[in-house]
Amino acid sequence: MKKIEAVIQPFKLEEVKAALIGIGVDGMTVLEVRGHGRQKGHKEVYRGQEYVVDLLPKVKLELVVPDARADEVIRTLIRSARTGKIGDGKIFVSEIAEAIRIRNEDRGEAAL
Amino acid sequence: MRKISGFLLLAAAAANGQDAEKLAALEKAVQDAQAAADNAWLMTSTALVLMMTGPGLALFYGGLVRKKNVLGTMMHSFILMAVATVLWGVVGYSLAFGGEGRFIGDLSYAFMNAVGMERQGAIPHLTFMAFQLMFAIITPALISGAFAERIRFSAMLLFTVLWSLVVYYPLAHMVWGTGGLLNAFSDGAIPCYDFAGGTVVHISSGVSALVCAIYLGKRHGYPSETMKPHNLVLSVVGACLLWVGWFGFNAGSALASSGQAASAFVATQFGAAAATLGWMLAEWLRNGKPSVLGAITGAVAGLVAITPASGFVRPMPALVIGFAAGLICYYMVAVVKQRLGYDDSLDAFGVHGVGGTVGAILTGVFATRLVADPEGSRAFGLVDGNAMQVAYQFVGSLIAWVLAAVGTFVILKVCDLLVGVRVEAEHEILGLDLSMHGEEGYNLES
Repeated sequence: MKKIEAVIQPFKLEEVKAALIGIGVDGMTVLEVRGHGRQKGHKEVYRGQEYVVDLLPKVKLELVVPDARADEVIRTLIRSARTGKIGDGKIFVSEIAEAIRIRNEDRGEAAL
Repeated sequence: MRKISGFLLLAAAAANGQDAEKLAALEKAVQDAQAAADNAWLMTSTALVLMMTGPGLALFYGGLVRKKNVLGTMMHSFILMAVATVLWGVVGYSLAFGGEGRFIGDLSYAFMNAVGMERQGAIPHLTFMAFQLMFAIITPALISGAFAERIRFSAMLLFTVLWSLVVYYPLAHMVWGTGGLLNAFSDGAIPCYDFAGGTVVHISSGVSALVCAIYLGKRHGYPSETMKPHNLVLSVVGACLLWVGWFGFNAGSALASSGQAASAFVATQFGAAAATLGWMLAEWLRNGKPSVLGAITGAVAGLVAITPASGFVRPMPALVIGFAAGLICYYMVAVVKQRLGYDDSLDAFGVHGVGGTVGAILTGVFATRLVADPEGSRAFGLVDGNAMQVAYQFVGSLIAWVLAAVGTFVILKVCDLLVGVRVEAEHEILGLDLSMHGEEGYNLES
């Protein structure tokens, strides 16, 4: 199993969600987060007082998928979240040791 | 009015053949009609000026602070609507407008003694008293911009009571009271023109604000931590309410529903408009972006600066005064304050102290009999050929500066000894809403 974490532009959420559901992904967790990569932040000025806002609002999706589906999901994420401009976000992939469905204690990929 | 009654006199004489009784009745009816109009406008103005404090100033300031202090900040304005009123009724009005002292009034009107429905000038004495009360409410409320987000509520109450007694009532008497040192219309030794409170309201509150800001010190984390206004939408609404209310403040200060009131009305609008553009232009050139906060702050600066001049200047000088105030106040707030490093949280000094002083001096330049007293012969300001007036305005402002600065410093010392002015650090970090008032402004999840 793979965990796929994607940090994306908030306004891309609906498009990404639709694309993932379109390829049959039926579970995800969405978090509102703040952060920045190379995009850095922007400057705001209030009566001459400057503030650098370097943490920008982002949306983070977390999905755990069977190994066989990981590539497809990642390609779908890239396709639907990309604008081609700086600030589009990143995808991180990691191994998952175990998954358990709380309702009936299904384990492994059956629990996904 | 004189013309109308003259016409009626002739008409009546022709129709009724010198019926003296009827003529007298007509004269009185005309006078009563004028008095009713004056009273209606002044009571409307009184309500407008109260609207400037709450909701106007409460929203303007409330939006500028961080959200943990929004209620505490709005309370500073709101509670003065109660505190300043009671104090005014008991002794304040009397100390400001009773008697004929040079520096302060007397106790002849204490507890509203001899303040009734009979006319004082064009309007009932009670109307005059209530109108002036609204100025005594908003003036200390303006100071709260300087100590926002870090003053103890009990200290704020004590401070404003003492400040009213020591600074506001004496200054109001000196400028507007019979026999006052600075009252140009009552043989004051230093005759100053302050139509609606540039000196009495704005210099006094602005300079006191500066002393408060320095005395209390910077807010915890200023300027390294982000202290962005938490809701500029509230501030925009507040600034608009201030702008509208200011028609009562300035045009009401004609104390009659007169041509001079109309002139002050127009000057107010023109001053605010020019200052909005002045501030926006300066900011746009310097920062590359015209901010909304800049535009509304510019409007307030213009309203402040036109206040002393409003009933004395023609419309084009009002544009000049406003534009100058927009530029100068912007420079003070955005450049000088940053350089000096004091934390006047909401810029009560930069807008009211500086704008009030700019307005006071320029009143000496542009005040003219054409507006102030068209039928009289007095030379008002520099444009009337009275260059000395600029010096008088300067000295008058200086006296207000000194009184406000010294008075405020002494009062702060007293408050500090009695209750402690500044909240504990952990209360400040928690926010005044929770630590002083036990509630929060936004409970959106509930």
